[in-house]
Amino acid sequence: MEEKTLYTVTIFSENTVGVLNQITTIFTRRQLNIETLSVSPSALAGIHKFTITVFAESDEVMKKLVRQIDKRIDVLKAYFNVDDELIHQELALYKLATDKIMEHGSIEYLIRKYNIRVLEVSSDCVVFLKAGHYAETQGLFNELAEKIGVLQFIRSGRIAITKSKVERLSDMLSKREENKPEQLSHISI
Amino acid sequence: MNTSNHSPSTCSPAGETKVNISGSEALIRSLIAEGVDTMFGYPGGAIMPVFDALYDHKNDIKHILVRHEQGALHAAQGYARVSRKAGVALVTSGPGATNAITGITDAMMDSTPLVVISGQVVSGLLGSDAFQEADVIGITQPITKWAYQVRRAEEIPWAVSRAFYIANSGRPGPVVLDITKDAQINKIDYEYSKTSFLRSYIPFPEPEVENIKAAAELINRAKKPMALVGQGVILGNAEKELLAFLEKGDIPFGSTILGLSAIPSDHPLNGGMLGMHGNIAPNMNTNECDVLIAIGMRFDDRVTGNLNTYAKQAKIIHFDIDLAEMDKNVKTTVKVLGNAKETLPLVTGLIEERKHTEWIEKFRQYKETEFDCVIKAELFPENGGELKMGEVVNKVSEATGHKAVCVTDVGQHQMMATRYFKSTLPRSMVTSGGLGTMGFGLPAGIGAKYGAPHRTVCIFVGDGGLQMSIQEFGTILEYNVDVKIILLNNNYLGMVRQWQELFFDERYSETHLKNPDFVKIADAYGIKGRKVTERKELDGAIEEMLSHKGAYLLEAVVETKGMVYPMVPAGGSVTDILIGNGRKL
Repeated sequence: MEEKTLYTVTIFSENTVGVLNQITTIFTRRQLNIETLSVSPSALAGIHKFTITVFAESDEVMKKLVRQIDKRIDVLKAYFNVDDELIHQELALYKLATDKIMEHGSIEYLIRKYNIRVLEVSSDCVVFLKAGHYAETQGLFNELAEKIGVLQFIRSGRIAITKSKVERLSDMLSKREENKPEQLSHISI
Repeated sequence: MNTSNHSPSTCSPAGETKVNISGSEALIRSLIAEGVDTMFGYPGGAIMPVFDALYDHKNDIKHILVRHEQGALHAAQGYARVSRKAGVALVTSGPGATNAITGITDAMMDSTPLVVISGQVVSGLLGSDAFQEADVIGITQPITKWAYQVRRAEEIPWAVSRAFYIANSGRPGPVVLDITKDAQINKIDYEYSKTSFLRSYIPFPEPEVENIKAAAELINRAKKPMALVGQGVILGNAEKELLAFLEKGDIPFGSTILGLSAIPSDHPLNGGMLGMHGNIAPNMNTNECDVLIAIGMRFDDRVTGNLNTYAKQAKIIHFDIDLAEMDKNVKTTVKVLGNAKETLPLVTGLIEERKHTEWIEKFRQYKETEFDCVIKAELFPENGGELKMGEVVNKVSEATGHKAVCVTDVGQHQMMATRYFKSTLPRSMVTSGGLGTMGFGLPAGIGAKYGAPHRTVCIFVGDGGLQMSIQEFGTILEYNVDVKIILLNNNYLGMVRQWQELFFDERYSETHLKNPDFVKIADAYGIKGRKVTERKELDGAIEEMLSHKGAYLLEAVVETKGMVYPMVPAGGSVTDILIGNGRKL
């Protein structure tokens, strides 16, 4: 099989029902399997941001994919990047049994090595938070699983911002508003 | 791309200010505000309030009651394709909506503007597997330009306004509005305004000057330019602009199946149809030209054949309104994004007047070759022997003075009709191109007659496809629709049979049909009919059909094992052309 690259797709859309479905079917039709997905309100009110990672064979495949996404009426802007062009993060939570940690002895070195934040400590369990790249959150998981045992583990989808100065969505929107034809008064609903 | 300009228009019916009416009444008034005067539909439980409101507007909107929802969709498609207006279909929830799916998909593939309104169960029952509930939005999102569920009556005018704007603008397409029954019943303060802007949607991209210049430069340097004309030209109403461009540059062209009739068939630069059963000249010359100019077409696999051997020698210029079509199948040198009606004149202004006599001579030579090895035997067979499909099409075309609207179903007769039915007027070919939907022809022809009531509408169907929508004879009966139906009957699913003969060792698996007496069926529906088996009867029967006032079924019993040639086998190169009797070009 051809070597595949991990791409990150960023999509800004109107906050309407069913946008996620419209987007995912475009991936499905092209046999592209979504690795991670993160959706949240963006900095602009009423606009949602999707960050999706996917392995694909080439930029060409991604270009076609992104154009099909961009074409959907409710989508404002879609683009893709490779890792070098991004600052990206994932969040991971790890739940460990308190008694196992105590048996293990000092965990200071782990906290320093992985820059762990402790979110919760009770007599039953301890919850760690780690932000980082996939390799980092996975590295911590591996080490904890081997040395102490992990009761529960969850990792978020990737979130990312570009390193370069790209056209900001707010600029694009204000340009669109400038070119807006004269409007009849719209009904408010 | 269609007629919608951005000027605000006076659309509120009779300057009304707010009136308190039901959602259904608001829906009808919104449709009237969008200029709808004809629609096709079928009632059912979840859409009854709308049909009830329609009862009071019989003089404003003509509703055509079809006999199956698929018929409503294809009729709306036929209507849209000839009338330059969006087709409107009205169906009920559940099975009503799912019966519409094939037509919606067909319209999506062929960029036909449609507004499909489906009833939906009351909003409180959504998601409960209620009677006749189907997830219409979930089903239609991948096959529509936009699909929206209206759950509140207040949203109806807004949704209709957006629906028409989206369906008609940019690259047109189908839109679905799924309206819950309570939204149809509840009262609202009605007010209507047309949509002409959505911040997330750029239907008409601004032409980019540098690309226009680059295109003109390539064309000016070309010794052997060739154009590929697609439906984008017709959808953009850019036929005149195209003609000016082609004539100034003296550029010969081939049309995609949906681009047919953009330029009259007999124009000296017209090389004919592209693709699998297209003409030899444009297919061969695709791999001979030095600059290939694609205009409003999408390099479908039935046009290109094997992409690895497609136009490799040529620089390719692609005019299209849809960025997603650029470089999708074929890598292009210059991309001219925008509406052909705008971009073509800009390029025409920059190109030099040219004569490409020698190059155009190559088209003429191929035409001659094709006439000798395929067309002559198909259109002008010697006496004796069975009727040929092509000769029937040719005679009907001639008898109409090449001025009729030709509507086809899908299969061998479709290829014969698109190859041999000539046009002198725009919007004269209505056929299911991308999806290849059998059953399309009869209802699309009915819709086309409503879209162009003063034109003769000739519907070519096969014996297989006719029986997929034969219930629409009932619609013809009900409204006395004057369509001329030409059935090319070979008692086979002919195109599949052709492939079985060529590629499956003549193993005719499930392609022979034992058929009913079609003329008797037509008679039962009050449609005059005549069955023709002999060549000598053909002219008289066509004459009788065309002079008859009202619908007419002409059943031509054609050769059982007729073949459509030339043929580029699927996946073959465009120059790898079969011409019959085991021979290659």
